[in-house]
Amino acid sequence: MLSPAIDADGAPFWRYAARGELRIQACADCGGFRFPPRPCCPRCRSFATEWRAVGGHGRIWSYVVPHPPLLPDYAEQAPYNVIVVELADAPAVRLVGNLVREPGARLDSVAPGGIRIGARVRVVFDGDGLPQWVLERV
Amino acid sequence: MAGLKDATAIVGIGQTAFARRLPEDERTLACRAVLAALDDAGIAPREVDALASYTMEETDEVELAKSLGLGDLTFFSKVGYGGGGSCATVAHLAAAVATGQATVGVAWRSRKRGSGPRPWTNTTVQLPTPAQWTRPFGLLRPADEIAMLARRHMHEYGTTRDHLFNVALACRNRANQNPAAVMYDRPLTREMYMTSRWISEPLCLFDNCLETDGALACVVVSRERARDCRSRPVYVHSAAQGLPAQHHGMVNYWNDDPLTGPAWTAARHLWKHADFTPQDVDVAQIYDAFTALVPLSLEGYGFCDRGEGGAFTEGGALETGGRLPLNTGGGGLSEAYVHGFNLITEGVKQLRGTSTAQVPGAATCLVTAGEGVPTSALLLRN
Repeated sequence: MLSPAIDADGAPFWRYAARGELRIQACADCGGFRFPPRPCCPRCRSFATEWRAVGGHGRIWSYVVPHPPLLPDYAEQAPYNVIVVELADAPAVRLVGNLVREPGARLDSVAPGGIRIGARVRVVFDGDGLPQWVLERV
Repeated sequence: MAGLKDATAIVGIGQTAFARRLPEDERTLACRAVLAALDDAGIAPREVDALASYTMEETDEVELAKSLGLGDLTFFSKVGYGGGGSCATVAHLAAAVATGQATVGVAWRSRKRGSGPRPWTNTTVQLPTPAQWTRPFGLLRPADEIAMLARRHMHEYGTTRDHLFNVALACRNRANQNPAAVMYDRPLTREMYMTSRWISEPLCLFDNCLETDGALACVVVSRERARDCRSRPVYVHSAAQGLPAQHHGMVNYWNDDPLTGPAWTAARHLWKHADFTPQDVDVAQIYDAFTALVPLSLEGYGFCDRGEGGAFTEGGALETGGRLPLNTGGGGLSEAYVHGFNLITEGVKQLRGTSTAQVPGAATCLVTAGEGVPTSALLLRN
């Protein structure tokens, strides 16, 4: 599987994820969230940055189901899902991820028929510090 | 920019054969396409003093100029973002010629995408860092990235697979009229489309462009110089690039409104400097790496309202005789996928009256570059 190619701006996200925390970069002056992480706030041009914990709840904004040809590790799990999650406490932040049955489960552990736009999801983390998403039981 | 209006013209076009596999390398193909375009214009290679290309082009200006015996170059430009840069090459040459920086400009594209390696399969090179937010999760290919927007468009606006089929069919029908098209003798039916294999749901095989080897080029000169050229001039009426505020490449999910992509930004500038409106466009060449880009572009360039891009394709609107004949050479879906450059040359053919699927009396043509990435567009007229 592909590991994230981490840059300096993104490194804190992955450090927190490895500890099981979902934190999103925010401006330490005006408070606005920004994603993906970058050096400067597009609203107030401040360089002061903080990493704010978010609730880890969201809704599926869209999803796809890739089929081969794919890289071998991914082809082995195909067809799988990739979802975009709109965070409940930061709606402009949409994270790409996978909907799985339980933490660490395969990318194809939820049947495509069980996915719908608008479904409530909650973040979990796999063994390698990669955020994943499970359906909220409501 | 008002000074650009009809100040320059495309006076030469050239292309190699298109095929899944061509024996010659990209540099050779590039040379052949450029020479063909110059011959079409009746201009000697040593008169060329400007070149424009776009990223992912492996043949650079130095190689081309040296191989072909071009003159001293006083302008050269390489536009970013791959398929989004196709129309910008002509725009940059038009600006250079109109402002006296150069007199004869050539733009080109040479690709061995059919027989060459797929960029996304190479994991030995360092992934670009923006990929840290997408690739580990299996969002690997452009098809996956655009399918995400397509699914959202379907959800919000009721766009259907039949709408996407209408796009694929219009391109294929035109390719069936074009002997140079890769899909010249390969008709498409609705059943073939609906039963084809998935690539990335909701996009199937026929929603994806071809994988093609081939090269194309075109020649840009001033309006005055154009009168002396061998072929009928096609005027660059308006040109624009578009990189919207807070845009983020092809995975533009981090914008406030991901379904209004770069087309909307390019379109505002394009129409602002034009003497006509979308209603006056006779034929359109809209970038079609994926069928789903066409509804987004129809909305962005103002042919219909927001959300109506799918419905616009109904009733044969994109076919010959329809409201907006589309990609009359077959487009990236069915003629050749050469990063959209064949859309430029097909636009020129339509306005010369020499297309294999000629729209009678075509006098205006929109050509667009890749939507979803920072893009560009041209309005051409005869």
